[in-house]
Amino acid sequence: MTSGDTKTSVEEPMSTETPVRAPEPEVPANAQPEAGRVGAGAFEPRQLLKSLPDAMRKLDPRVMVKSPVMFVVEIGSVLTTILSIAHPGDWFGWAIAVWLWLTVIFANLAEAVAEGRGKAQADTLRKAKTDTIARRLNGDAEESVPGTELRVGDLVVCEAGDIIPGDGDVVEGVASVDESAITGESAPVIRESGGDRCAVTGGTKVLSDRIVIKITTKPGETFIDRMISLVEGAARQKTPNEIALNILLASLTIVFLLAVVTLQPFAIYAKAEQSMIVLVALLVCLIPTTIGALLSAIGIAGMDRLVQRNVLAMSGRAVEAAGDVSTLLLDKTGTITYGNRQASEFVPVRGTTAAEVADAAQLSSLADETPEGRSIVVLAKEKFGLRERHEGELVDAEWIPFTAQTRMSGVDVDGRKVRKGATGSVIAWVKERGGTVAEDAQSLTDTISQAGGTPLLVAVEDTDGARVLGVIHLKDVVKHGMRERFDELRRMGIKTVMITGDNPLTAAAIAQEAGVDDFLAEATPEDKMALIKREQSGGKLVAMTGDGTNDAPALAQADVGVAMNTGTSAAKEAGNMVDLDSNPTKLIEIVEIGKQLLITRGALTTFSIANDVAKYFAIIPAMFAIAYPGLDKLNIMALHSPQSAILSAIIFNALIIVALVPLALRGVQYRPMSADKMLRRNLAIYGVGGLIAPFIGIKIIDMLITLIPGIG
Amino acid sequence: MSPIFADVLQVSALIVALALVYVPLGDYMAGVYSSKKHLRVERWIYRSIGANPDTEMRWPAYLRGVLAFSVISVLFLYLLQRIQNHLPGSLGFAAVTPQQAFNTAASFVTNTNWQSYSGETTMGHVVQTGGLAVQNFVSAAVGIAVAIALVRGFARSRTGDLGNFWSDLVRTTVRILLPLSFIAAIVLVACGAIENFGNWHDLTTLGGGSQGMPVGSVASQEAIKELGTNGGGFFNANSAHPFENPNAFTNLFEIFLILAIPFALTRTFGKMVGSVKQGYAILAAMFVIWIGFVVLMTWSEMAHPGAALQAAGGAMEGKEQRFGVGGSSLFAVSTTLTSTGAVDAAHSSLTGLGGGIAMLSMMLGELAPGGTGSGLYGMLIMAIIAVFIAGLMVGRTPEYLGKKIGGREIKFAACYILITPAVALIFTAASMALPTPIHSAANPGAHGFSEVLYAFTSAANNNGSAFAGLNANTDWYNTMIGLAVILGRFLPMVFVLALAGSLAEQRPVPETAGTLRTEKPLFAGLLVGTVLIVTGLTYFPALALGPIAEGLS
Repeated sequence: MTSGDTKTSVEEPMSTETPVRAPEPEVPANAQPEAGRVGAGAFEPRQLLKSLPDAMRKLDPRVMVKSPVMFVVEIGSVLTTILSIAHPGDWFGWAIAVWLWLTVIFANLAEAVAEGRGKAQADTLRKAKTDTIARRLNGDAEESVPGTELRVGDLVVCEAGDIIPGDGDVVEGVASVDESAITGESAPVIRESGGDRCAVTGGTKVLSDRIVIKITTKPGETFIDRMISLVEGAARQKTPNEIALNILLASLTIVFLLAVVTLQPFAIYAKAEQSMIVLVALLVCLIPTTIGALLSAIGIAGMDRLVQRNVLAMSGRAVEAAGDVSTLLLDKTGTITYGNRQASEFVPVRGTTAAEVADAAQLSSLADETPEGRSIVVLAKEKFGLRERHEGELVDAEWIPFTAQTRMSGVDVDGRKVRKGATGSVIAWVKERGGTVAEDAQSLTDTISQAGGTPLLVAVEDTDGARVLGVIHLKDVVKHGMRERFDELRRMGIKTVMITGDNPLTAAAIAQEAGVDDFLAEATPEDKMALIKREQSGGKLVAMTGDGTNDAPALAQADVGVAMNTGTSAAKEAGNMVDLDSNPTKLIEIVEIGKQLLITRGALTTFSIANDVAKYFAIIPAMFAIAYPGLDKLNIMALHSPQSAILSAIIFNALIIVALVPLALRGVQYRPMSADKMLRRNLAIYGVGGLIAPFIGIKIIDMLITLIPGIG
Repeated sequence: MSPIFADVLQVSALIVALALVYVPLGDYMAGVYSSKKHLRVERWIYRSIGANPDTEMRWPAYLRGVLAFSVISVLFLYLLQRIQNHLPGSLGFAAVTPQQAFNTAASFVTNTNWQSYSGETTMGHVVQTGGLAVQNFVSAAVGIAVAIALVRGFARSRTGDLGNFWSDLVRTTVRILLPLSFIAAIVLVACGAIENFGNWHDLTTLGGGSQGMPVGSVASQEAIKELGTNGGGFFNANSAHPFENPNAFTNLFEIFLILAIPFALTRTFGKMVGSVKQGYAILAAMFVIWIGFVVLMTWSEMAHPGAALQAAGGAMEGKEQRFGVGGSSLFAVSTTLTSTGAVDAAHSSLTGLGGGIAMLSMMLGELAPGGTGSGLYGMLIMAIIAVFIAGLMVGRTPEYLGKKIGGREIKFAACYILITPAVALIFTAASMALPTPIHSAANPGAHGFSEVLYAFTSAANNNGSAFAGLNANTDWYNTMIGLAVILGRFLPMVFVLALAGSLAEQRPVPETAGTLRTEKPLFAGLLVGTVLIVTGLTYFPALALGPIAEGLS
């Protein structure tokens, strides 16, 4: 059976779109805007237990010193432990020492749990990285060498069933490759020499045919190696904002250290000398331990949330930059539209009805298996209830296939000849048969063209003679929900720019329909680059996706460059993220994950600092109410005794870390909204909440402590 | 008229007056720093000091200017006091001792004006007018210059240039401080303050005895003392002395002078960064803290526990009948929330909590509205901290006025907020730990501790007011307070200028709907919260052992 290939039968506004992408699910499930879609990454309490050994290993001072706040707590723990050993009968000292150690361990646990999730993924990847034997070409001869001995520039042969020994480009042949080891996607992909589908990844498996690969990466530095170290967090470096936050936290720690150290002379003067244990307890309560403990876990979890969406960020810096992005460059095809034109309307010429057009159009498309053809049949059914007639039902039907010469397809059945196709060809066909071309046919097709659509004329020849019935309006269909998404992005202050090879007219129409802020029509890689540079010179951060080698410079220039895994190795090298699913819509999610990471960090910092107020009200009266009884009025929580007050504050301080681990890992719930609203909401939850929560928490802990016999 | 109603009326009048001058003064100052023209008198000055006012300076050069000028000023002022006995118009006073001369020189050059001496019995006309009064002008001008450099750091981009220190210094003095103090001095003279170069005035007291009454160029010094948030009085009694501050109106007028420039500088800031609304947000944060503290202080002084205080209708010990509780509370808060340090009542005699409020006012970093210049840069630093902590909650890395607050910026801001508490607490702790310094305190217990804490808080924050009762004219206090004022003044300036340089180099980030709106009331509120929590909490334990212990007992 043949089918009319309407794809090439019409004017080629889209010819610059290179169809390089592997088949992809038409609408990714996560493309729908839904409440709190960024989040996920379930947290199981069991993970805490599993990560305990790792947490204990992190107690090594050489590791701890990287987090200045928690390092101070560890020193405090050692100090109180030594003092307690010196006075073994002092239950209070022991209790403080134990809870300080727990504070440090909880902090390490948070980090270990965050890292643990990446480790599981790394183990799966390691399995893919089994030692392979490469069939290296030496002149015409073939020799077997271990994959680890391959050098850049070596040529290797792979046939069906072979594991590709290293990263490289296909220089000869075409093959289907199973990349599930990396992407988790079981459907094979096509890899061929030349063009943008030449990159292959070590560890993936050739399923059919034979290819020759030129190795482009040294062993040990392959994509899979990089992935492993990324998901394991081994390559993790502190991001700029994390470094800045650490500086602030360190300086707050120093301020509070001063406040506590200088307190002793004041206390001695007031005849209320404090024990070292109490001073350490005060210090630990005041320094921002909550955020200090969770800071690195938040960063790791942010990267991990990307990994769970099959996106690999080459650096945490890129994730952070994603939150700051103010311009998104989105490829039209695949991101904004489904990428194929679909019938959207049957437009009759004067004297006929839409139903007649639909009927003829459906008839002429029954054997047309292209997406365009299918969409005509679907539309006819949806709009006019025209049942799909099977080819077998039509006896003696003669199917007229599409050819490049005729630029039409159709069917001859029951003495009726139905044709659909490019405007000029159909008009010529009608005139040839002495038929009439309705006067408005030309103007209808022009209107559709101007709106960015593609017109297909439908004509028929029957007993009434040959005539044009109407026009099928084919258009590039914008994915469902995109307009809402772009509205959200706009509210977040992000400008969307649609990149397309279409002519400006078509581009403008689609841009308007999709609701993007701007578009770049007839885009060349140079245009893209210029656009990025222009945006950046205005101080904006730009994110884009790309897959072709000619995208590489722009990917490198963009602040967030997401390379599609199906893309060339040059593109993957240039970008700072790789999307293993090769789904360009994910760019929007990446931005949201970046924002969520920053919000989580800010929320916990605010919470941590706001906590101090309550802790003062617990500890200061406990320390000094004996010397100055008036200070007992500050004990507004009515805590039981000085010891129980201090202990409660310390316990709260430790437990709040554990309580917030899920939040740190999952991230603060994020919904796109304006900065104003977001700040108001988060300040209310984490600022005001941070002021109030410890008052309640400390009081409850104090009440529980007094139940312990011997203390109350 | 009930005292409360009178207070409300007084505060309202003050607010109206400040509001009236806010826009014209702020805009005028913005014009002064943006103008390309030099006045003739300014050209003479530039020529005589060999400075080229048109070269742009990067931050290290600007800082060198600040430091060089200040070092020379300290040396000059020190020398002037040491050779006082050889100078004309010395009124027969001896040379000032080395420790006290150092203390006074450091204190006046740093805009602190801590006085461990009694002006009328220590300094002659030349030192008062040619030394101290000159510093009242230029030390204030240095503060404003540094603030303007920071504002330029926000306003400019892709340049390291922060303006010209000499031009900023001279213009501030010639175009702003001199004309304004001239007018202010006339008003003060008209209202009864004295102004002459006379010798001691001998008079016969009511009891028939003979007494020498010191006189001098008081009104002119008074004007710049308040306008430049200096606070160093001609007389030991400072603004409580009837020759300095004759009546309730001059009292209010002096408070107005203290607050006028610091508040108006927020307008200058808004104007220069191209959004007056940004200035309003800073103004709002300053105003909320100021009015809140005024109310707290007045309440604390009015809520007279104890029979004696009730009989007097408020805590009147140490207060002038001319000003009453309201006028004194308003003055006390305004002088400690700026770096003025002038007093019209004995802060030591404030109620326990009142004294605590005065101390806390200084501990916040004197930024509501703060000293001339120093208040603005102090509050802008806090704005950076606030943006950094809470700004992340909008899902972007922190930025303020289009400038990213990254590692470098936060490092300078963090060092800034670290310095003052470090100096105040360490020096106080040393004084408490050593055996002798505490003997200077006149009172035992919590109040004695408050006296020492107040002294170093005042010094580190360049306030200059004293919790009377502490004998600070000892070698220890003269030297340590001299050191504290220098560290508390110039180290923060180093970080402010470094920050300004770093900001000026940046490329601005355009504002979008995703940007934290720093001109909104929400941000002003956030800023107030940050100031109270980040700086206030540092001192809480110390305050608990001093004024809070006293106030709650």
